This record gives sequence, C-alpha cells and structure tokens, in this order.
Amino acid sequence: MKIAITANGKTLDSPMDPRFGRAPFILVVNTEGELLEVIDNMTNVNAMRGAGIQAAKSLADRGVNVLLTGHCGPNAFTALQAAGIKVGSDQSGLVKDVIQKFLKDGVGFADKPNAEAHW
Amino acid sequence: MQIAVASGKGGTGKTTIATSLAASLGNRAQILDCDVEEPNCHVLMAPDIYESSAVTLPTPLVDPEKCNLCGKCGEVCNFSAILVIGKTTLTFPELCHGCGGCILLCPEKAISEAPRELGVVETGNAGEVDFVQGRIRIGEAMAPPLIKEVKKRITRDKIAILDAPPGASCPVINTVKGTDFVILVTEPTPFGLHDLRIAVEAIRQLGVPMGVVLNRSDIGDREVHKYCADSGIHLLAEIPFDRKIAEGYSRGNMLIRTNPGYTQKFLEIFESIKRLTDKSPEPPTGSES
Ligand code: SF4
Ligand code: SF4
Repeated sequence: MKIAITANGKTLDSPMDPRFGRAPFILVVNTEGELLEVIDNMTNVNAMRGAGIQAAKSLADRGVNVLLTGHCGPNAFTALQAAGIKVGSDQSGLVKDVIQKFLKDGVGFADKPNAEAHW
Repeated sequence: MQIAVASGKGGTGKTTIATSLAASLGNRAQILDCDVEEPNCHVLMAPDIYESSAVTLPTPLVDPEKCNLCGKCGEVCNFSAILVIGKTTLTFPELCHGCGGCILLCPEKAISEAPRELGVVETGNAGEVDFVQGRIRIGEAMAPPLIKEVKKRITRDKIAILDAPPGASCPVINTVKGTDFVILVTEPTPFGLHDLRIAVEAIRQLGVPMGVVLNRSDIGDREVHKYCADSGIHLLAEIPFDRKIAEGYSRGNMLIRTNPGYTQKFLEIFESIKRLTDKSPEPPTGSES
C-alpha cells in the first residue's frame, strides 16, 4: 500500500499542508512509514484551475492507495474516487505524526469533499 | 464607432454614464450591456426585448465503448476539464473552455460535443436606442465567450456604447478590446484614484485611447485631476453630486431624464471623443502601442 500526504516541506519532519491541490509537496510513504517519493506539486500550486484534479492524477499514476490531507474540494474528490484512492481528510500536525497515527489507528475515510472548489 | 464605458470598481456611476450617453445620442446609438454578471442598463432604460438566444459552449462527452484510455485528451487540455484517471476518462464540463482540442485529437473519435449553456443574449430597443445585453447563467463562471456573443451584435453604422463590467479583469479586457475609445468613470477619492490607475494600466496594454468622466466631482480631492494631467488622459467631463441624480437612479430613472439639461453635456462628451479619436491630430496620450 502507498500512502500520500500533503506537506509543507520535503521531509517527514515537515508540517502537513492542509490543502490538497495547492500544497507545495506531496510525500509518498509505504506501510513501514518510509519515504518513497517526494512529489513536487509546485506546478499545480501555480495552476489557474483544476490543481486538485492534476494532483489526483499524479497520485493515480503512481498507484497511491490512500491520501491524507486537510481539505479536498469536489473536483479533486471526484478524480480521487475515480482512481480508487481513499481520502482521509481533516488531518493536521507533523507529517510523521499523522502517518504514525494512520498506521496505528487508521482514519475514517471521507465519503464526500470537505472544501469548496478552488482549494 | 465603438465606445466602452468602464470603471476600476463598481458603484462609480458607470451605468449611469453609459445609458445617458446612449440616450442622448438617440437613434444614432446602440447600447450593449457587457456586464453579463450583473447587467444593469435595462433597469434604467426599460427596453422592449424582442429576441433572446441561448449561448452555449461545446464541452466533451466521452463514449466509454470507443475510448481506449490513451490519455491524449488529457494531455491537450489546459484546464483539467478532461483526463484519464484510473480506468475512466473523466470530464469536468464546468472547467471546459470549449476549444475543441480534445475532440479533434482523440484517435478513437470517442468524444462528441455536449453543449453547456453559458447564458443568453437579448436584443430589443429602449426608445430610439438599440439595446443588447448578455446575461450569464447562475453558477456559470465563464463570461468572455458570452461577451463575445454580445459584441457580435454591434451594428457598424451606429455609435455602439459598451457598458463594461467593473474592475480590470479578463471580462473588462474582452469588452474593451477592439473599441475606439474607453470612457473611465471614477470619483475624486483615494479609492477612485487607486482603481483608476489599475484600469488605466490594463487598458494601456490594448492601445485604446481613454478619457475620464469624474462623477460626484465635488465630493473629494483634486488628485484624480492631477493624475489625468500628469498621465495625459483627457478629462472629458465632471458631474457634481446631485441628490436628484441619486434619487432618480434608485427609482430606475436615467440621469438625463431627471436632469434633462445634461443631454447637451453628453453630446459634448461625444464630440470630444470624436475629436480625440480622429487620427489626423497628434495622439492625446502619446503612449499608444
Ligand atoms: S483521447 Fe479519446 S480515446 Fe484517448 S483517452 Fe481521450 S477519449 Fe479516450
Ligand atoms: S474542449 Fe478544450 S477546454 Fe474543453 S475539455 Fe476539450 S481540450 Fe479541454
């Protein structure tokens, strides 16, 4: 299983970024909590529209199974669902803490977006 | 001749100026309300509308039977309105700009057009003045193609007055582009000056000559005067604050109906614009590009 998490920096010690489409980085980890890849999400940060959709596509292309983030807008949510990626939203804190918590206790997955468009 | 009436922000009296200028010119004029998000000219002019046509944008509809998930459509789309994700080709019609790129490029001919309604364009007349307005569908965000449809109805042998949306964004540029002159309506206040500067910067890029009408000209300071003089922008007219104008507006009456004496002033504004757009004398701002 691959887990993606929106982050402010490139390391597991960075704080999470609550935004999905516009977070500067998305970190991909495995079930051991090891960092597999850092996705530079900057091109999406600067995108006019559809940033969340493109971010969802880059996760789908990498075979990610779970996304941990803060907010997820309707278009991004639709795209993530189409890719079969489960979304744990309303997460906050340091990346490593959120991941540890997820690996230990799991999260309730969202069944709908929790942000307006434009996130 | 095409004259756009714009303002850096809302509430400066832009529609008041546009409608009264058109009504002063009478049967020589055509008014086109390009403020499609909030068309207001009709409130003051009470036109008879005799035609209304829907404006649509072609958005993609994918036939999953024919689609082989090659992803070409998603690569060509700049707006993330279509893409292959997982085992599906998703479309987001409300993000589509209707360029038709994906439809053309699909190797399987799997995409057809599904129209999305942007809004309507209505034509009619307000007394002697020809009347056109665009009205965006609620929830629709894409104004420029609708504004384009409104502008297609410009009659060449009339003096077309285009009421632009407030601000200095894309729809304003769409309205102003291709016109012969822009009237900027502002107020003599720090806010008025601030927004005027932004509008002037944006319109300068288009190289359309500009002039300012100063509304409620006696309520503020002299900074707008100074700015116009310094940047070579012609001050076309000043309209002092008048209770009667404000009250008339709130009742849906045009300025030249509550204060008929202003008709002459508007005709003079038009004469000034004619002089300023006449190609023979030296250009007024010297900065057209
Ligand atoms: S280009 Fe055509 S065939 Fe390829 S993914 Fe898009 S719709 Fe399907
Ligand atoms: S028509 Fe153009 S904007 Fe619309 S989905 Fe196709 S490529 Fe994108």
